[in-house]
Amino acid sequence: MSDYLTDFASLFEQYDVLAAFWVNLQLTFWAAIGSAVLGALVALMRISPIASLRLLGTGYVNLFRNTPLTIILVFVVLGVWSQLGVSLSSDFNQNFFNWAVVGLSLYHAAFVCEAIRSGVNTVPVGQAEAARAIGLSFLPAARLIVFPQALRGAITPLGNTLIALTKNTTVAAAASVAEISSLMKTMIEFRPDVIIAIFLVVALGFVLIVVPVGLLTTWASRKLAVKR
Amino acid sequence: MAKTQNVLFDVQGPRARRVTTVLNVVGVLLAAALAWVVLGKLAEQGQLDAAKWSPLFTARTWENFLLPGLWDTVRAALLAVVLSIGFGLLFGLGRLSQQAPVRFVCTVVVEFFRAVPVLVMMIFFYLGLGRSGLVESTNAPFWAVVLGLMFYNGAVIAELIRSGVHQLPKGQREAGLVIGLTPSRSLRMIELPQALTAMLPSLVSQFVVILKDTALGYIITYPELLASGRRLGAGDGNILQVLLLVALVFVLINYLLTALAAWLSRYLSFRTSGPTRAAEGPLAAEEAKA
Repeated sequence: MSDYLTDFASLFEQYDVLAAFWVNLQLTFWAAIGSAVLGALVALMRISPIASLRLLGTGYVNLFRNTPLTIILVFVVLGVWSQLGVSLSSDFNQNFFNWAVVGLSLYHAAFVCEAIRSGVNTVPVGQAEAARAIGLSFLPAARLIVFPQALRGAITPLGNTLIALTKNTTVAAAASVAEISSLMKTMIEFRPDVIIAIFLVVALGFVLIVVPVGLLTTWASRKLAVKR
Repeated sequence: MAKTQNVLFDVQGPRARRVTTVLNVVGVLLAAALAWVVLGKLAEQGQLDAAKWSPLFTARTWENFLLPGLWDTVRAALLAVVLSIGFGLLFGLGRLSQQAPVRFVCTVVVEFFRAVPVLVMMIFFYLGLGRSGLVESTNAPFWAVVLGLMFYNGAVIAELIRSGVHQLPKGQREAGLVIGLTPSRSLRMIELPQALTAMLPSLVSQFVVILKDTALGYIITYPELLASGRRLGAGDGNILQVLLLVALVFVLINYLLTALAAWLSRYLSFRTSGPTRAAEGPLAAEEAKA
């Protein structure tokens, strides 16, 4: 048993597990920003009264939501980068990292859009009617009445999307980013004797990251819920 | 459009209608400009040449690569669906158990498998099964895909079952108890059938997730649709075109499944006292999974 533990401890000297997890966190951070901006934009398009923009937004969501993330990440690297020669950084590894962020953002923006839309859907029409009745025009009504309530209704689905994004950063392995799942593969290949311990370390790492986010979202959505 | 639009936008007057028309044209122009840039880039790199696209429509492409790949995708997805329903039923009912220790164990198991990325499980099973000799090493990728999908989606389905039962009106359980059923019989005979009916649309949506996640098998050398597409594209030198086609196949299948879920949710809403809309409940955004 103690041999096993010594073997296991030597693993951390050989491989930098924390650095690999750090890459996943960085991917999560940048892709969260990217998908939030893009997703909000697409959501605006989908709830606007402008038919052509609405069609574009719907098309975007249906396309990216139904495509496997793995294909998107393989496509940006094998298709866009290697075939079309579009490079996002002169540094080889940074280029893959940037493309992975783009791919993750494109994919999760579709879910952010749907989260925001479902948030807007939780606001009863009577709220907007009341806003107009007291004389608020479009922008003040949207800013003061509709969006604060919509945002509260969107907390749970947005939180779920963030959790999914965090876990999905492992798929960046398909875009040649050296993150935790590829490190895990290397570790198991060279140290199959401690395979279960390696799996548990990686798995518990994700539990540690994901569970607090989940608890925080549940807490926030309860705390901020609009009582109707 | 009806509902979201009503919250934000009034019925339009003449001026707003003019603005809308102008913005509509701007939107079309924007889309056209985007398409122009993309097509321009493609043409510049010679990706629009007929030689790159025509191989996609030959019998060889479909018979030797795409259809076998699609079959491997569907095969893994179907087995994963069946196994995850079993897993989900077992642990979903476990979480509703009267026994606190059973509830606790099932909660830990479900929360654990929901938090671990599917790819991490697949890599573990792929390398673990390959070494252990439990399955033939050529079959290791297949079982790794199926087991990885089963544990994650089974945990999600367990949650679906639990939330499905909790979302039923309280009167259903109370009526069950009042006619003399024990809590567990009321669960099995009154609540569960209705909860299962109510969650059927969410379950179909979950198939979409499973089908999409089979593409992760590409990373652990399972010869599913994406992997066979890549093999084809590498041979013919038209990887970009093949990847687009493969993505299109996935989009079509998933779009049909999503439409089926929406239809089911309307059709079944008369047959249960629980809410049938896939978009309701805490799991609405679970499908964001790869």
